[in-house]
Amino acid sequence: MDQIFEYAPAPESRSVVSLRDTYEPFIDGAFTPAATGEYLTTANPADEEPLARVAVSGAADVDRAVAAARRAFDTVWGPMPGRERGKYLFRIARILQERSRELAVLESLDNGKPIKETRDVDLPLVAAHFFYYAGWADKLEHAGFGPRPRPLGVAAQIIPWNFPLLMLAWKIAPALATGNTVVLKPAETTPLTALVFAEICQEADLPPGVVNILPGAGETGRALVAHPGTDKVAFTGSTEVGREIARAVAGTDRRVSLELGGKGANIVYDDAALDQAVEGIVSGIFFNQGHVCCAGSRLLVQESIAEELLPRLRARIERLRLGDPLDKNTDIGAINSAAQLDRIRDLARSGADEGAEGWSPACELPERGYWFPPTVFTGVTQAHRIAREEIFGPVLSVLTFRTPEEAVAKANNTPYGLSAGVWTEKGSRMLWTAERLRAGVVWSNTFNKFDPASPFGGYKESGYGREGGRHGLEAYLG
Amino acid sequence: MAEPVAHDGPAPVPSSARLAVRKTYKLYLGGAFPRSESGRSYPVASHQGDHLANAALASRKDARDAVAAARKAFGGWSGRTAYNRGQILYRVAEMMEGRSAQFAAELADAEGIGAAAAEAAVAAAVDRWVYHAGWADKYAQVLGASNPVSGPYYNHSAPEPTGVVAVFAPQDSPLLGLVSVIAPVIATGNTAVVVAAERAPLPAVTLAEVLATSDLPGGVVNILTGRTAELAPHLASHADVNALDLAGAGDDAVDLERAAATTLKRVLRPDPAPDWTADPGIARLAHFLETKTVWHPIGM
Repeated sequence: MDQIFEYAPAPESRSVVSLRDTYEPFIDGAFTPAATGEYLTTANPADEEPLARVAVSGAADVDRAVAAARRAFDTVWGPMPGRERGKYLFRIARILQERSRELAVLESLDNGKPIKETRDVDLPLVAAHFFYYAGWADKLEHAGFGPRPRPLGVAAQIIPWNFPLLMLAWKIAPALATGNTVVLKPAETTPLTALVFAEICQEADLPPGVVNILPGAGETGRALVAHPGTDKVAFTGSTEVGREIARAVAGTDRRVSLELGGKGANIVYDDAALDQAVEGIVSGIFFNQGHVCCAGSRLLVQESIAEELLPRLRARIERLRLGDPLDKNTDIGAINSAAQLDRIRDLARSGADEGAEGWSPACELPERGYWFPPTVFTGVTQAHRIAREEIFGPVLSVLTFRTPEEAVAKANNTPYGLSAGVWTEKGSRMLWTAERLRAGVVWSNTFNKFDPASPFGGYKESGYGREGGRHGLEAYLG
Repeated sequence: MAEPVAHDGPAPVPSSARLAVRKTYKLYLGGAFPRSESGRSYPVASHQGDHLANAALASRKDARDAVAAARKAFGGWSGRTAYNRGQILYRVAEMMEGRSAQFAAELADAEGIGAAAAEAAVAAAVDRWVYHAGWADKYAQVLGASNPVSGPYYNHSAPEPTGVVAVFAPQDSPLLGLVSVIAPVIATGNTAVVVAAERAPLPAVTLAEVLATSDLPGGVVNILTGRTAELAPHLASHADVNALDLAGAGDDAVDLERAAATTLKRVLRPDPAPDWTADPGIARLAHFLETKTVWHPIGM
């Protein structure tokens, strides 16, 4: 059955989003022009059309935001009883639910990810994260961090472009629940949902200065990290920048948590339920165009079933629909930026140059925008760049193994340690494998599942600290 | 460092009496007691300035060998049952108790304290092993979790050891401080490369002799004596070290933390005013743990 149904376009309406022409930093409860007078343009990666002008915050803006956050910590948010703080977070969670369609569409416009994901994954998790941590605000003495856990103060938070609003929620919800105030910098290419979140803070009557949002680029982030007025730096992004941050805070009293890169292994044993494994491999690497730090970017398949598994995997990939992120049928959206597309192309080229065999389905790419087809490399060795470096795109590297020991050795043969997958129908083998994987999250017979109650974070060079669950409180308590 | 001084010692022994056999203080690497590969040693003096012994002056190569030994031991030690690790730590306490007099004498020399104070410090160090022996099969329940996720999934978080930890022992508490930084690291399955207190390394070498006779597998604890400032940069930048305890790193702590950033080592910054006699709690132990979360679907 080669024929598949053609899908009529089913685009989600953009009318739910009303964009402003220009967005300014949100400091001390108000949108105020950046001192730099500089702006960048954020564009829709699916068609390269500009969406809005966004201010580039500079050192003076960082100063103002940190001062506002400090004032709010000292005078309002720190002294406020936990039950009252919690109610603000519950209120924010409710508004996020009410405005979830608007935010989902805006996220798809600014990021390029399919509406199916922003609507069904990102936004529900964003609201759930605020609900989860809202309930902790008045129970911190029961969280296992001593009888009188104290907030740290002002948290500097820097988030990436792959899950813009979700990463904001992972940062802001636990920080506020524990009584800290925040200065958050969204990513250069995806600032819009964070700025709408600032509006939501206003709508919730959150006291001024508790949340400050500074759009900008790398320099803004550097100024924020270097600012001596903060007590905590929380960062999600590349391992390279993570090292820079760890160096910058060395010798200070500031606490750090880092959620960095990954090169997750997805191990498929010969007794795995193959159809389920194929679904898991696909969601492991093609979810969010592979712009996922915990992506299952290395498929480790037991040699005896490789010939059976790979054709099934290719057949499934041929059914993926790539195109308009706002189309409800779309599985694979746009690559977030021209720079990221260059990086993916470069690494994919290296795969071919180094002798691996690349395959992509017949797949028409839109003329405008940034696109990369789902790609599978076979014949990959552990020495290949595509087996070692984080591609952060829809590119899967396939390696084989013979014994469970070999699978574990290959899975762990990376400086990263964020995620891993295990596919087997045998419980004891699953637990044996999970126990030996040096990774912070192990998905067995599933992949890329997230929940506010579930701690997330890496081993080794994937960073330190956990986000989510009771464990996620620790990063913001002294 | 104090220069070697003439050793007055006790009164000359009559020619008919037996001459005491002195101990050679060596490194403890992979369960063995080698001299430094560099052939170097340095004089160790008492608090009063009297020469006590020559200790091995460990080199960069010794530090690398120690890391290799610790890495080799990690799989086996972290794979032991928690109960077994607790048993072995308790055995360390037993062995130490039996050598209390020797430790007390070394401490009295090293710190210039009276016999009663030295005995109290030794007793506290023994008790610290007992304390951490008890944690070995409990911290996972205290720090782990069963997570109520919104879906049909079993979801469980458990602490696991970080790996190889380089421990710079406190300079001012050569036994109690030393035990206080080693025990929480290994109780959870980490392995350690320990740089002993530079001016007072002898209790650390004697502790190594205790460890070697306590069923602790070779390589779980490796003890280097020598110049902390010479060894520390190599350990802080070593790619196979997962974490640093900077307790005794002194003024170099900032540079070491910066070097550690290259491979994103976990760093425990030094406490400016540590009280090694205080209840240690769980914080130090928790610092050298990772949290692993495992998901599995629930279904028919």
